[in-house]
Amino acid sequence: MADERSIKVDRLSVHYHGQTAIRDITFTVSKGMIVGVIGPNGAGKSTLMKAMLGLEKSKGEVLFFGKKINAIRKQVAYVPQRNSIDWDFPVRVEDVVLMGRFMHIPWYKKTSREDRSRAREALEQVGMQDYSNRQIGELSGGQQQRVFIARALAQDADLFFLDEPFVGIDIESEKIIVELLHQLSKEEKTIFIIHHDLSKVEKYFDELVLLNQTLIQAGNVKEVYKPSFLKEAYRGSAAVINEGNEMVVVGP
Amino acid sequence: MIENINSFIFQLMNYPYLQNALFAAVLVGIICGVIGCFIILRGMALMGDAISHAVLPGVVIAYMLGASFFVGAVITGVLTALAIGFISQNSRIKEDSAIGIMFTAMFAAGVVLITALQGTSVDLWHILFGNVLAVSRTDLYFTLGIGIFVLGTIVIFYRPLLLSTFDETMAKATGLPVKWIHYMLMLLLSFVTVASLQTVGIILVVAMLITPGATAYLLTERFSVMLFLSAFFGVFSAVTGLFFSVIYDVSSGASIVLVASVLFAIAFFFAPKQGLVFKMLKKPKNETVAP
Repeated sequence: MADERSIKVDRLSVHYHGQTAIRDITFTVSKGMIVGVIGPNGAGKSTLMKAMLGLEKSKGEVLFFGKKINAIRKQVAYVPQRNSIDWDFPVRVEDVVLMGRFMHIPWYKKTSREDRSRAREALEQVGMQDYSNRQIGELSGGQQQRVFIARALAQDADLFFLDEPFVGIDIESEKIIVELLHQLSKEEKTIFIIHHDLSKVEKYFDELVLLNQTLIQAGNVKEVYKPSFLKEAYRGSAAVINEGNEMVVVGP
Repeated sequence: MIENINSFIFQLMNYPYLQNALFAAVLVGIICGVIGCFIILRGMALMGDAISHAVLPGVVIAYMLGASFFVGAVITGVLTALAIGFISQNSRIKEDSAIGIMFTAMFAAGVVLITALQGTSVDLWHILFGNVLAVSRTDLYFTLGIGIFVLGTIVIFYRPLLLSTFDETMAKATGLPVKWIHYMLMLLLSFVTVASLQTVGIILVVAMLITPGATAYLLTERFSVMLFLSAFFGVFSAVTGLFFSVIYDVSSGASIVLVASVLFAIAFFFAPKQGLVFKMLKKPKNETVAP
């Protein structure tokens, strides 16, 4: 069945205290894609992601490869927005990455040597192995983001959800992360990325979900990343300039 | 000083009540220190204060009914935690205000009940400020039981507790029952409060929960180390506080808390990395740290 190769979101809605956060969002994404979730501030990007993960009361249905979220939780890696983390927390880089292994360890067992070596491997993949003994608050923004990407890698997940991973990080880190994400996509991992900034959208993503409370358009980047749809989503809060073949997006 | 220490040791060898007191204080130092680390890192210091005050009516009602005051305390402690959650989720009242409303209400109810019972042997002063020298053998076993239960639970659920404390959204995403973990902690907190009732009393329990953990927090960068350090500071404060209480004949609970506070003050100024003194000395170099 085609279901096993795709993620289907069907008429997903979330209401807060009678106010609509997102309404009737429907789209389908196939396995192995890098999906950008874009839209202006308050469009409900994080809400959509949380509703897909079953963390928010919602109406509608979400199927991951034909299964409900609860059946595949161990396969879901989540990278939080950087400002949601307490950077003074007494954990070192290696401790954070090891958390990616927690769901694979039964409660009565200790963390094994394999778990530790998987965590170390993940740290090497993001080029942070030299920092494994640092407290996480001592790192730069980009390094912190790489550590959380390493945690997601250590989880050996099939689905990745990243909430604004490129905000406030250096170019070097951004390059490393983007390369890793493309590599993961080649390994048939599906990646959802909330993205705020409209630049580089075409370079980073295979598919886009463009929303502003309701779905504006979803599908292949080339078909969605068009001035008409962007204007509709941003309603004047971004200027879209069409210059021959090149499109320039200004703001928000 | 040496003379005093000798006298303390002599009394300790000869008076079983003092031995009970010492064991009870050490146990309370350990469990408060360990639970306290979670309370601090979850930003629930006020919640700890609330639960500890809220056990008062439970203790009094249990006494009136002739039931175990442990059961009474746990019931009102957990009910308060639930009520705080209920108020903040179902109105525009924020959590800290909900805490303020609930714990004073419960505490006031307890005080009213006690004053209504005047002439009985419930001693308000001892419940509020503890009297570790009155700890009996039975009390001691009871404290030991609570201690084993609390530490056992934390060892078993160490990873879920750590993950849900550090990154709640990821914990939820991977399927951890974050809400239940919260209420389990509240339950443990009520247990710990009851165990600490005689040692430091309701009013000062929160100091034993927060201060040793906060001291440890300034000294380490690993959570597991913080747990051990915090327990150690709890025990050190308990023993030293008891010593001063016996030698100078002052309130035991308050002396224990004062020792813990002095330890915190020392760490606050002189901790190698986080201490104020060393931070000021190092400041110019450290400014390159990214936001």
